[in-house]
Amino acid sequence: MTPADPADTPLVQLLTPEGERRQHPDYDIDLTDDQYRDFYRDLVLTRRIDIEATALQRQGELGIWAALLGQEAAQVGSGRALRPQDFAFPTYREHGVAWCREIDPIQLLGLFRGVSNGGWDPNEKKFALYTIVIGSQTLHATGYAMGISKDGAVGDAETGEAVIAYFGDGASSQGDVNEAFVWASVYNSPIVFFCQNNQWGISTPTSTQSRIPLYKRAEGFGFPGVRVDGNDVLATYAVTRAALDAARTGQGPTLIEAYTYRMGAHTTSDDPTRYRLASELEAWKLKDPLERMKAFLYKQQIVDAAFFEKVEADADELAARIRKGCLEMADPDPSVMFDQVYEEMTPLLREQAASFQSYHAGFAEGAH
Amino acid sequence: MAQLTMAKALNDGLRAAMERDPKVVLMGEDIGKLGGVFRVTDGLQKDFGEDRVFDTPLAESGIVGTAIGLAMRGYRPVCEIQFDGFVFPAYDQIVSQLAKMHARSRGTVKMPIVIRIPFGGGIGAVEHHSESPEAYFCHTPGLKVVACSNSLDAHFMIQQAIALDDPVIFFEPKRRYWEKADVDPTATADPLEQARVVRDGTDLTLIAYGPMVKTCLDAATAAEEDGRSLEVIDLRSLSPLDFPTVLSSVRRTRRAVVVHEASSFVGLGAEISARLSEELYYEMEAPVLRVTGYDTPYPPSRVEEEFLPDLDRVLHVVDRSLAY
Repeated sequence: MTPADPADTPLVQLLTPEGERRQHPDYDIDLTDDQYRDFYRDLVLTRRIDIEATALQRQGELGIWAALLGQEAAQVGSGRALRPQDFAFPTYREHGVAWCREIDPIQLLGLFRGVSNGGWDPNEKKFALYTIVIGSQTLHATGYAMGISKDGAVGDAETGEAVIAYFGDGASSQGDVNEAFVWASVYNSPIVFFCQNNQWGISTPTSTQSRIPLYKRAEGFGFPGVRVDGNDVLATYAVTRAALDAARTGQGPTLIEAYTYRMGAHTTSDDPTRYRLASELEAWKLKDPLERMKAFLYKQQIVDAAFFEKVEADADELAARIRKGCLEMADPDPSVMFDQVYEEMTPLLREQAASFQSYHAGFAEGAH
Repeated sequence: MAQLTMAKALNDGLRAAMERDPKVVLMGEDIGKLGGVFRVTDGLQKDFGEDRVFDTPLAESGIVGTAIGLAMRGYRPVCEIQFDGFVFPAYDQIVSQLAKMHARSRGTVKMPIVIRIPFGGGIGAVEHHSESPEAYFCHTPGLKVVACSNSLDAHFMIQQAIALDDPVIFFEPKRRYWEKADVDPTATADPLEQARVVRDGTDLTLIAYGPMVKTCLDAATAAEEDGRSLEVIDLRSLSPLDFPTVLSSVRRTRRAVVVHEASSFVGLGAEISARLSEELYYEMEAPVLRVTGYDTPYPPSRVEEEFLPDLDRVLHVVDRSLAY
């Protein structure tokens, strides 16, 4: 039996865990010092959003939270590769991508606090609503990409549009994901399939999902696949940018497997100590996406103590703002459950909404 | 005015919708060159091009899932599911994604998608080709569900469904595809969500939709010879249901029989019966009765006539109702 992840599986890496810069023949990038610093800042702020939300859940302010701890580089790298005209379709864990799409982190909390099933207008920031059912959004993303082609918005290297569909190693087993691969392939749609292989689907290891490295799935569907070090923000950025550019210029889909690790639990309701060894987590901590970027910045001598203090101060401010926003997030008026089921309320819903109102009005009048 | 089969009336309706709005696209299995297995899309790819009428890979979840993305991009997809029994791979996308999108996005994401499904039995088909899955969809908030019963309605209802910004499951009674009726494309159509009294009567109301409307009309004609006056309602829209039309009829006749091919348990008949008992408890002369398919898997086609409600079974139950 072939191991699912042979040791010699190629991996695009531009930054080693020790913070050493590497060159890659296909994915060379040239970034300014400001861009390097911005990446670090994004990573820190993204992690802080996650830590604060986790704390809010522990304090009973959120019903549940799906932590991204450990996946910051995969999300920030791919998220920063998007152009304003590109559309992203997330799962429920893409808080770092949301950050890059300028979705207010407070808006992410509504779903987890139980005050909303959405939280933002997907068209405004070109960031679809979180999708809970595993893999469903890959088909929506593919359909959207088909629409881009029909609009003739593919071809130009600057203005061409592309789509990115996020999903995970578990989702790779879903029929919808495989159907999305078929569709995108035969219609040559402008889409990037971005799989964060964080090694675990709740308690199920990737080896239960696949006997080959996931990026190799692409070949069977007729488009390129590439594995990138998902804890390396520079490599993730470079690989995603190249794939998006291929998509927007009419070269069709790419599957990116961002090889990373879910350092926390699946959600705040999960207990990973029941199914994985502490030593595995310790080994991945040595590959932490923030630490390697920090080490790189030091080595480049493009930062000073003031820079890190400023980033920390920004993170503190963001965390305080998120906390305040969460606590101020009121429950919706229950009657909103009736009003957006359809474009116009149906007679049945009007009747039920009226009945609901009069039932509650009865309490106010002391009838019950 | 032309005599058109229902298949041709649908074809003309689709054509009119496509001419009216360039964002209307047709997608499904074998709908292009072949024109669909029932030829409902015949010639449309030739006239509108492969960008607007396209064959998809053979995967129903993919059809509906990508239609959702196309709708997000501003298109108005009309999906063809080849047969009723093949809609279930798409059921997850329909129920969990399509139906909920408007509510969860607070109306910022519109889903103007029509899913056409040939449904019902009576054509001697192999299994999975004769089913009546409408109740599954009627039970799902966020979907609209309609069924046409004749060429004229088919022609207009498909255009009205496409014009709606809500997702519509559009059932086409496949055994009626080749029945002809006058279609005047310049006529004024009834509202999509309005039921229609298709035959006036005074003794009892038969409530049906899709393929059973003709069966009920035939039953009413036969009953007339015995001196019984049966009113027949074609529901047309199954969700939302036009209760005012049903109530006003049954308030007069005081007897109701619901007829559908689908199994009885938790079907449309159960909902209509519950509603009538809530509204007309003191006015009814008899309990609401049902004539339906049995609560079995659809049987092999050589015995399907025993499964499907027909004129005799309808009249048998009408007799029971009148005997109260």
